[in-house]
Amino acid sequence: MVPLSWYVGLSSALFLVGLVGVLVRRNTLVVLLCIEIMLNAVNVNFVAFSKYQHVIDAQILVFFVITVAAAEVAIGLGIIISLFRLKGSVNIDDFNILKL
Amino acid sequence: MEILSFVYFGGAILLSALMVVIFKNPLYSAMSLLSMFAHVAGLYVILEAEFLAGVQLLVYAGAILVLYIFVVMLLNVQTQGRVLQKQAPVVFGAAVVAAVEVAFLISRSHFYPELPPVPQPGVPPLGNTEMIGMVLYTKYLFPFEIASLVLLIALVGAIVMAKGKLKFR
Repeated sequence: MVPLSWYVGLSSALFLVGLVGVLVRRNTLVVLLCIEIMLNAVNVNFVAFSKYQHVIDAQILVFFVITVAAAEVAIGLGIIISLFRLKGSVNIDDFNILKL
Repeated sequence: MEILSFVYFGGAILLSALMVVIFKNPLYSAMSLLSMFAHVAGLYVILEAEFLAGVQLLVYAGAILVLYIFVVMLLNVQTQGRVLQKQAPVVFGAAVVAAVEVAFLISRSHFYPELPPVPQPGVPPLGNTEMIGMVLYTKYLFPFEIASLVLLIALVGAIVMAKGKLKFR
């Protein structure tokens, strides 16, 4: 049986990759993809703890996380499309229109 | 056997997540994210969460990623100039520090040296999907309804934002 710490290690490495991607990439579409990586890292952790503790509730939480991810993608892509119409670019450093 | 499949799926997940960050073309990034979602679903099967594996494939790989690829192809942005932002070296340094820190923490902590016993061993266990359905529609009924409301608001918001100029009367 795989020890639980391996799953926690995998999930934290995955979260770190996603976090670095969010902070480093310039393309807003890739930034949204990296947010999905981070959500998946959390889900892996939830499911691993659910198996090792024999609690089903964690899997329900994963279900809700997937729901929120779907909503976030719809809203995020809507924002990206309207920003692209406004500025003609998807680079994140062109989006400073809230700045005074 | 379980260790072997964990190593395969975990390695593939990490590799394709790295590919998402590394690839210059956003379409290639989305494709490697598809590979990551599929391997996460495999990991769920190892962890005896078969229903979630199916939901992962249907919702993530089937719906969310198609939406992404649709928008990437619709905008059709050619990558020009820098791929990384100006603060990238600082972020890489901080990421190495954080990785060392987390590795140290995980190696020094003990996760359940004795796993808790299976509750009620006499009762024949339900299937994974049946268990989730039982709990979701009794204990988590109210959050379930809230989730449907969240999806409705997201639907309306996405249409309003992507439609552009709206005429309010």
